[in-house]
Amino acid sequence: MIEIKNVYKKLGGKEVLRGINLEVQDGELMVIMGGSGMGKSVLLKHIIGFLNPDSGDVLVDGVSIPGCSRKELYDIRKGYGVVFQSPALLQSLTIEDNVALPLKEHSDYSADKIGEIVRERLHWVKLYEIEQKLPSELSGGMQKRASLARALTLDPHLMLFDEPATGLDPILTATIAQLIVDLHGRIGFTSIAVSHNMSFSFKIADRIAMLYNGRIVAVGTPDEIRGSSDPFVHDFIHGIAKKE
Amino acid sequence: MDLFEKTGSKILDSLEGVGGTIVTLFRGLYWFKQTIKYRALIFEQMLFCGVESIPVVIVIALFTGMVVALQTGQALARFELEGTIGNVVAASICREMGPVFTAIIVAGRVGSAMAAQLGTMKVSEEIDALEVMSIDPTRYLVMPRVWALLIMLPVLTIFADLIGIIGGGVIARLQIGVSYYTYFDGVMSNLEIKDIYTGMVKAVVFGFSISAVACYQGLHARAGAQGVGRATTRSLVFAFLSILIFDYFISAIFY
Repeated sequence: MIEIKNVYKKLGGKEVLRGINLEVQDGELMVIMGGSGMGKSVLLKHIIGFLNPDSGDVLVDGVSIPGCSRKELYDIRKGYGVVFQSPALLQSLTIEDNVALPLKEHSDYSADKIGEIVRERLHWVKLYEIEQKLPSELSGGMQKRASLARALTLDPHLMLFDEPATGLDPILTATIAQLIVDLHGRIGFTSIAVSHNMSFSFKIADRIAMLYNGRIVAVGTPDEIRGSSDPFVHDFIHGIAKKE
Repeated sequence: MDLFEKTGSKILDSLEGVGGTIVTLFRGLYWFKQTIKYRALIFEQMLFCGVESIPVVIVIALFTGMVVALQTGQALARFELEGTIGNVVAASICREMGPVFTAIIVAGRVGSAMAAQLGTMKVSEEIDALEVMSIDPTRYLVMPRVWALLIMLPVLTIFADLIGIIGGGVIARLQIGVSYYTYFDGVMSNLEIKDIYTGMVKAVVFGFSISAVACYQGLHARAGAQGVGRATTRSLVFAFLSILIFDYFISAIFY
């Protein structure tokens, strides 16, 4: 379970997170939705351990992430799969080497076994015959899927997605969303995605948390969020411009 | 912000940079214990740092030796001491010109490329991706680069010394009129082992400083193309500075 307890964070003099409280149950697919610059990615970085809160705590399976040493964080992160806004594939490595990298680093598997796992993960994300290509030879959508395959390599129990639909057309966005739903059904990981893309969020989420001005203003199922009376949630969902 | 505040802030930034560079180097050295596992990455970096630098090292070393021979040869000829030109060229090349010029070439060609590559990886979230895969960037990226320069800079320096001495010999023969025998006899009889190992000590220290500066600047590049450009420039400037500063102190210690 992920517990975010009263987290405050100031960056560059601006208070980005102002007392965030959120719980994500095991196996749940939570989407944190909100406008640009509302602190969604900053919150995700607290869960990864890239940032520490000024006050408050982030607990992953009962372990306080801000209190972890660098070595402890590395141990915890072996159970994470993270898909970044950009594909973040190592450009100097082939797709096969990219996906195999976590296994080469953290397992004693033979080259054959690693190759087998890599092909399996690539098939999970519907990528075929691209093992020897470099990331730059693939389209944006394929790179995103390869990045997803790499995140799945070590059988993570927690998947984190940072704006996974950014830069993709509506069809590719729907494809990625369906992939996440399918993989979630197959593996049963806990997942937190941050996104401002509504169709994507409503498609994948078990629950949605709406982030506005550094606070969670609403949490609920997609239907509950659609019917929310909160003015920000209403305006965000219906794409109503902010009144000056 | 007043002048004092600005100056103070700059000084603090510089100290942070020096401290960060030292920490980056020591983290890289800590991972030397996994050298065998990462031998392929080290070898790849050695090819880039060493083998691919050979053509430019040849040109620079050759002309350096030729210039030293020409300048000193003409001066020595006035006192009819042109027969000692081999001593002068060998000592100046091995002690000073060889290690320093090679390091400057490597800092310009390799150090800046390292900073640009790591900076690009930083801004495209590749470094973050390594971190979330529990792969320490200092193990995967810094250690192979430190190893590569640690090995290849002394090798390139020995190579540059040889080419420089040969270049000097050609000029001594053609321009100054000293026979090859006299020139190389001067080189061999007066060149001390201390001249060689001082040059090697310099090359090793320069290898550490160039790789540490380049890796630190690259890994701390700020977002965007401008950030990568800035990291590359800073890497070059700080590497040059460190080469000159270490050169002075090592010379002062050994001579």
